[in-house]
Amino acid sequence: MAVTTLPSGPFGWLSITWRLLDYWITVYRRTWRGSVFTSFLTPLLYVVAMGVLLGGFIKTPAADLDGASSYLLFVAPGLLAAQTMQLVFGETTYPVLGLIKWHKVYASMVATPLTVSKVVIAQLGFIAFRIMSASVVFILVMTPFGVFSSVGGALGAFFVQLLLGMAFATPIFAYSAALQSEEGFTVIFRLLMIPMFLFSGAFFPLRNLSPVLEQIARITPLWQGVDLTRMLALGTWDTPSALVHLAYLVVLSVAGGWLAIRSLARRLAK
Amino acid sequence: MPYEYPSVTAAPQSPGVPAATDSMVHARGLRKTFGSFEAVRGIDVDVHRGEAFGFLGPNGAGKSSTMRMIAAVSPVTAGTLRVLGMDPQTDGPLIRARLGVCPQEDSLDPDLRVRENLLVYGRYFGLSRRAVRARADELLEFAQLTDKAKAKVDDLSGGMKRRLTIARALINDPEILLLDEPTTGLDPQARHSLWDKLFRLKEQGVTIVLTTHYMDEAEQLCDRLVVMDKGAIAAEGSPLELIREHSTREVAELRFGVGQHEALAARVADLADRVEVLPDRLMLYTEHGEETLAQVHGRGLRPLAVLVRRSTLEDVFLKLTGRSLVD
Repeated sequence: MAVTTLPSGPFGWLSITWRLLDYWITVYRRTWRGSVFTSFLTPLLYVVAMGVLLGGFIKTPAADLDGASSYLLFVAPGLLAAQTMQLVFGETTYPVLGLIKWHKVYASMVATPLTVSKVVIAQLGFIAFRIMSASVVFILVMTPFGVFSSVGGALGAFFVQLLLGMAFATPIFAYSAALQSEEGFTVIFRLLMIPMFLFSGAFFPLRNLSPVLEQIARITPLWQGVDLTRMLALGTWDTPSALVHLAYLVVLSVAGGWLAIRSLARRLAK
Repeated sequence: MPYEYPSVTAAPQSPGVPAATDSMVHARGLRKTFGSFEAVRGIDVDVHRGEAFGFLGPNGAGKSSTMRMIAAVSPVTAGTLRVLGMDPQTDGPLIRARLGVCPQEDSLDPDLRVRENLLVYGRYFGLSRRAVRARADELLEFAQLTDKAKAKVDDLSGGMKRRLTIARALINDPEILLLDEPTTGLDPQARHSLWDKLFRLKEQGVTIVLTTHYMDEAEQLCDRLVVMDKGAIAAEGSPLELIREHSTREVAELRFGVGQHEALAARVADLADRVEVLPDRLMLYTEHGEETLAQVHGRGLRPLAVLVRRSTLEDVFLKLTGRSLVD
């Protein structure tokens, strides 16, 4: 019998989105080897080079390091959040434009019962999986260095990466889906990712910046993630500021998700 | 899963389908604009179950825009469109579940192997993994790609890629197969092999809607077609009807030296129903080409080369628009 109905209701919606699982499994099977190697080795190199070796030269009292008793403990959570950001920039720039432009994969997906929102959400699901697997590895690598004051803190830091990742993934997806050429990526790599990586409190306390720059750094998405991850790792949880960070990241994720779907729908309707 | 799929050889019409109408595509005053550009300017089209229907026209005639509206991926700007009795605006996913789409540019995933492209795609239609594996093997056989199942897409020839794209479009056993310029860019041998596949599908009862700017393709494949030009329909009918209505039975083509055609046209104008002057030849539209040719010779004219042939859709298009199909 031919298809006359589609699964309906909230679970029907999910079950249609779930139809993209095999696509992403197949893609991952072709690419996981490279990503596993880098996601294990990169954190180790960073933690050793910056935390242990560079940190060996830094003798600053805990009060000046946001409550961290050594530079290693200060920088490691920052590196985790920064890694999440970089991974998401990688997953939502060239791959998105590639699926639009070079291989027309999205176009072939929406020629089926799938819709744009389901295609976007399935891909965000894949990115969430990538963030989770990279974060688990990073957290496990950091644990022997005594970076986490508690198991709960490590677990919390894991979930913060997921939220931080989505807060970056959705607006960048929206941006990439609207781009005509990949030159637009150079702009956001240079003007957003690298400055945020260097100046959003991953490597030094924000108070070291001039007052104006400090305020700018405090409104970046990465700072919200860095501060949350650091508070959880060090056990210096401060509920009011944590709630501000969490609300910021949730709003950015949801607004970005709406924009991403709209942006890709416009692109594919042309 | 709420449904199962018959094999490709099963009759396409299923009992109990609510939209069991014979109108597969129904359009009235259909329009598509992009900003101030009118790609499709109010066309009326009806495609019936089991027929092969063509949109013939040059590049930029609005064929692809029309196809994308029928495929329920591009919103209708104005007018009425029903596909399988449903409105693409509200029932897009339901319509797309019963269509097979072969786009103009291959949209195969190069990260996936040949067979994987079919497996993954079948899942989008809700086929079980087991069903999709069986169907994929059947379609690889149909597309003569069984021994390429594990190959990379990038290693396939153009004709193989197109056959794989058509196989992918058939994964859900569609009631309508939409083909946008199916043989553009293929060599003659690959084109004939593809026509053979499409012909077999048509014999099995699949409704085929295709666009083309090749008149021979339209003549080979289409039961009925519309000639499109600048977003509008210039004529409609079977290939034979269109030729009868808009052209003569035969055409005598005369080639003279470069630059002489315009001047010589006046000397042969009375020998044919109509004379077309092209930069490289004169075309005399006549019922009996050989007789006309003898008369041309009788007037002492000595063309460098002559050709008498039957009228084609190319001649129909030239008559209707004053231009040729392929630039």
